[in-house]
Amino acid sequence: MGPDMQTANAAKTTGDRAPRTGTGGLAEAGTRLKAQVRNLNFYYGNVHALKNINLEIAEKRVTALIGPSGCGKTTYLRCFNRMHDLYVDNRYEGEIVLRPDGLNIIGKGVDPIEVRMRISMVFQKPNPFPKSIYENVAYGLRVRGVRKRSIVDEKVEQALQAAALWDEVKDRLHGLAFNLSGGQQQRLCIARALATDPEILLFDEPTSALDPIATARIEELVHELKQRVTIIIVTHNMQQAARVSDYTAFMYLGEVVEFSGTDTIFTNPSKKQTEDYITGRYG
Amino acid sequence: MEPIHTHISRQYNAELDEIRSRVLQMGGLVEQQIEQALDALIKGNTATGEAVIMNDTQVNKMEVTIDEECNQIIARRQPAASDLRLVVAVIKTITDLERIGDEAEKIARMAVQLAGEERPKNNYAEIQTLGNHVRQMLHDTLDAFARLDIEAAVRIAREDIKVDQKYEGTMRQLITYMMEDPRTISRVLNVIWAARALERIGDHACNICEYIIYLVKGKDVRHTSLDQVEKEILGKINP
Repeated sequence: MGPDMQTANAAKTTGDRAPRTGTGGLAEAGTRLKAQVRNLNFYYGNVHALKNINLEIAEKRVTALIGPSGCGKTTYLRCFNRMHDLYVDNRYEGEIVLRPDGLNIIGKGVDPIEVRMRISMVFQKPNPFPKSIYENVAYGLRVRGVRKRSIVDEKVEQALQAAALWDEVKDRLHGLAFNLSGGQQQRLCIARALATDPEILLFDEPTSALDPIATARIEELVHELKQRVTIIIVTHNMQQAARVSDYTAFMYLGEVVEFSGTDTIFTNPSKKQTEDYITGRYG
Repeated sequence: MEPIHTHISRQYNAELDEIRSRVLQMGGLVEQQIEQALDALIKGNTATGEAVIMNDTQVNKMEVTIDEECNQIIARRQPAASDLRLVVAVIKTITDLERIGDEAEKIARMAVQLAGEERPKNNYAEIQTLGNHVRQMLHDTLDAFARLDIEAAVRIAREDIKVDQKYEGTMRQLITYMMEDPRTISRVLNVIWAARALERIGDHACNICEYIIYLVKGKDVRHTSLDQVEKEILGKINP
């Protein structure tokens, strides 16, 4: 962790300012914080997978996590919706504080189901439920206890519209989700994630199983979605990070090596490791 | 020139090294053009002057070729960080080198015209001094580009102030000649054009120095005062 990160960590924040980045990446005026990660450590049993991570996530902006395989990007992303809770040996330390209410996502006594309502995730491979298109999107609402048909209908339509899928499926809402193409299935998963009005959307390699056209659609969607939600995206495709994100964090061996505005990271990164990775010099 | 690239893709290394060395090749040719153009002017050698005019197409071709190679790298490799800065710096540098080539050609044209006229007593001493100064400046600039030497780049940029002063001195001198003897006006006007071309070469070399700083430091120092550049880039504070 560089000295800039240390400073960022030491600062007490209220959420009224833009995230502090490493070097150079001047945060835009008018940006607020959505989440603050402080001294986050994560262990898979004895394996120390995330080492003292400090990062600030800007509200209604896209933050990309890049780094070589095994550097902890996905592990980090999964902390945000408590995906690691499924295994007893996994252990979190530190805090991930949501703004403005100050809820520590990984705090004791915090209900993971409630966290997942506020923070949704879209995975690498499209994974719709073996149900109809409609039921896939309505699922989260039903879990939440929404029963009224007219409300569910309205929310399903809104979510499908937001995921740019409505026009393609409005005539076959009750058809099986598996009959959609890969790109459509992924957008359905995004619609499903959006249906519960999350505050943060997590994307874990959302386009690695898609062709270039479906990829471009999802990227365009990310651009539109940031008007309403905060987005964190893990990607192996550096050009994708450069295209879609506002902030980029480069991770290596469980640590954040550099965090800065995307424009800075891709033109003039301050750390040699970052430079080596984004220019393809990693041996 | 040492190879500076250590990408996983050796082909990519080769492509980046290739554009770097081609810039130096083009720079070498342009340097030679200036030298010969000055030689033609000072010795009144029409043949050399005409050769310089002919060779300018060579300089232009090199610009187009390097430009094309840079386009290919951008399209195929999507360079980032220092690689991106290298490609951008190369594209800009070759534009300035090509303009320097044009200035050398202008000097050669003046040389051809002046060859048929009476030679001044001082044998264009003022042009010789100014010419040697800017030629050295370009030589050092190319050297700084090869070695990615930003201290040298800042130093060379400072030289341009001296070139400008020399140019102004030369102009005053030439104007005095014209006032003293109006029959020299048409000849001296040609000399003024040559002096102006040399002064412009100094400016282009200065631009290339700015690209070197951008390439190495990632900082755009165009339209920034030299004192500011020294303070920010080299951490020096002038008394």
